[in-house]
This record gives sequence, C-alpha cells and structure tokens, in this order.
Amino acid sequence: MNATMESRIAALGNPGAGIDPADIAEVVESVLTSISGDNSGINIKLYEDIEALAKFIAAAKADITSLRADEINSKFIPAASDELTAIVGATEHATNEIFEAVDAIEAASSEMAPEAAAPLADAVTRIYEACSFQDITGQRITKIVKVLQDVESRVSGLLEALGEQLPAAKAETAAPSEPAPEAASQEELMNGPQLPGNAMNQDDIDALMASFD
Amino acid sequence: MAGVEKNMPILIVDDYKTMLRIIRNLLKQLGFDNVDEATDGSGALSKLRDKEFDLVISDWNMEPMSGLQLLKEVRADVKLKETPFIMITAESKSENVIAAKEAGVSNYIVKPFNAATLKGKLTAVLGNF
Repeated sequence: MNATMESRIAALGNPGAGIDPADIAEVVESVLTSISGDNSGINIKLYEDIEALAKFIAAAKADITSLRADEINSKFIPAASDELTAIVGATEHATNEIFEAVDAIEAASSEMAPEAAAPLADAVTRIYEACSFQDITGQRITKIVKVLQDVESRVSGLLEALGEQLPAAKAETAAPSEPAPEAASQEELMNGPQLPGNAMNQDDIDALMASFD
Repeated sequence: MAGVEKNMPILIVDDYKTMLRIIRNLLKQLGFDNVDEATDGSGALSKLRDKEFDLVISDWNMEPMSGLQLLKEVRADVKLKETPFIMITAESKSENVIAAKEAGVSNYIVKPFNAATLKGKLTAVLGNF
C-alpha cells in the first residue's frame, strides 16, 4: 500500500471528519485492485456491499444530524430529568402538607369523646394509606429518570462514534462501571413497582410465601 | 406467641421520609409507639448493632445498602439473626419474594398496603395483640 493510500485511509478514520461515500468507494476500489489473483466475482460483490454500507452510514449520519442528537442529549433529556425530579419533590412537599393537616386532625380528635373521635381515626388511617402514592410514584419516576440517563449515555456513544463534537458537560456522563457479580445479581432484583398486570398482589405473595412452609 | 409487648422497640427502614412517616403512624394506631427509623440498610445495621430491636420493618430498594442486603447481614450476625424481619416493598415479582424468603425474611408486604395488611403480618410474625 502506497503512502497516499495510507494517508487517505487514516483521514477517513479521523474522528470528526466528514465521510463522503465516494471517498470510501474509491479507497475500497483501490484496495481491491491491489489484491493479486482471480478475485473478480467475490470481490465485486464485496465492493458492492461495502459501497452500500458506506451509503447507509452516510444517510444515517445525515438523519442523526438533522435530528440534532447533540441538542437532545445536552438539552432535552437533562430538562426532562429535571422536570421529573421536580415532580417527586412537589409530591413529597404536598404529602408533608397532608401529614401536617392530619396531625392537626389527630390533635383535635384527642379532645373529643371516643365515639366522635373513632370515625376520625379511621379517616386518618385511610389518609395515611393513600399517601403511600408518593412513595410509589417516586419510585416509578426514578425508574424513568434512570432510563433517560441510559438513553443520554447511548446517544453520547453514538455521537462519539460519528465524530461529533460532544458538549463538555455531557462528556462527564460516564458509563456505569461493571458491577461485581454479587452486586449485579441484587441489582437485577431492584426493579421498583410493576405495572398493573405484571405485579403480584398481596394474596399471590402470601401464597408464594406459604409454599415455602 | 401471645401477649405482644406494645412497647417493643421496632426499627423501620425506608429511603422515603413519607413512607417512614406512614409506617410510623400506622404502627402508632396499632399501639406500637417505640419506633426508630433508618433511611438505608447500612444505617439500619448500625442502629441494630447499637441497640436491641424486637422487629425490623424494611423497604427493599434503597442505596447504598438494600433491604435484601440488610436482611442477609442481619441473618449472618450471631446477635441479630433471630430478629423478626418484615419486608415492605414495591418489588412484587416472584423472584423477589423467593430471594427474600431464601434470605430468611419473616413476612413480605407489597406496596401500596393498608393498615389491615400490616396488622395481619404483625400478628403472623409476633402473635396476637
């Protein structure tokens, strides 16, 4: 391979360089020409496949560029994560307000006759039970935030592979380190609330627990 | 077991403050007033080693130490291994229940739960009260 060909191949591999399918086709043609022996049939097919692949990559790159993937990663995903985190904060604040009101009801009912206070105590219990929504919604939203972070990481990898200039802030989003086997096993068991239809109810769990006895 | 001591020390573990408060208040309405709190497994383990508790009620999904890991640590500790341990969690897959059972959980409550379920599981673990 001569020096000119080597430098052209190196230029194609340079991150950030725009890759013209015609350039790839020319390089591939040159490489095939340099191979000795009877290679016409197989290599022509190989040449066509590589040329098609190059065109596909160029089209995909153009599509991704038009999608403004860098903006999705640097702006939209972090904004969505922030909004979801704010929802968790707001529901927690609202739940605490409800608790304060319940405390006031309990304090007032302690001054009442038992027969009058009993219905209030039942109502207070139901309020506490209902307030567990904050824990459930919080866990669901945290799952979504983790999914968004995963998408962000994957888009970063895609942009990097295509040679795009990544925003500095996003470059800090490192892929999580490989967990230890024991940790991975426990990680797989931490899925949070299941969607209706996928979840076992308390009766199912009681039956499963009893099956061990 | 009969004659449950309502003043028994109970440790509740959850990373959501609202859930800690819900469990604390439901326990209070069932007559259990001596309740301490931790927000993850490692904090709970420290408290368990500092003070004697007669019951642990723990969430599963917590960082850095999960409820399952806490359960395993408790069962591996000579002084703590007999402590009744109830898991209250949104993790409702059968593999979770099986993993908890194999680790030695005393009972398992799926969120969202109500006071009647909590009372039923306390009775199953501690006896009538």
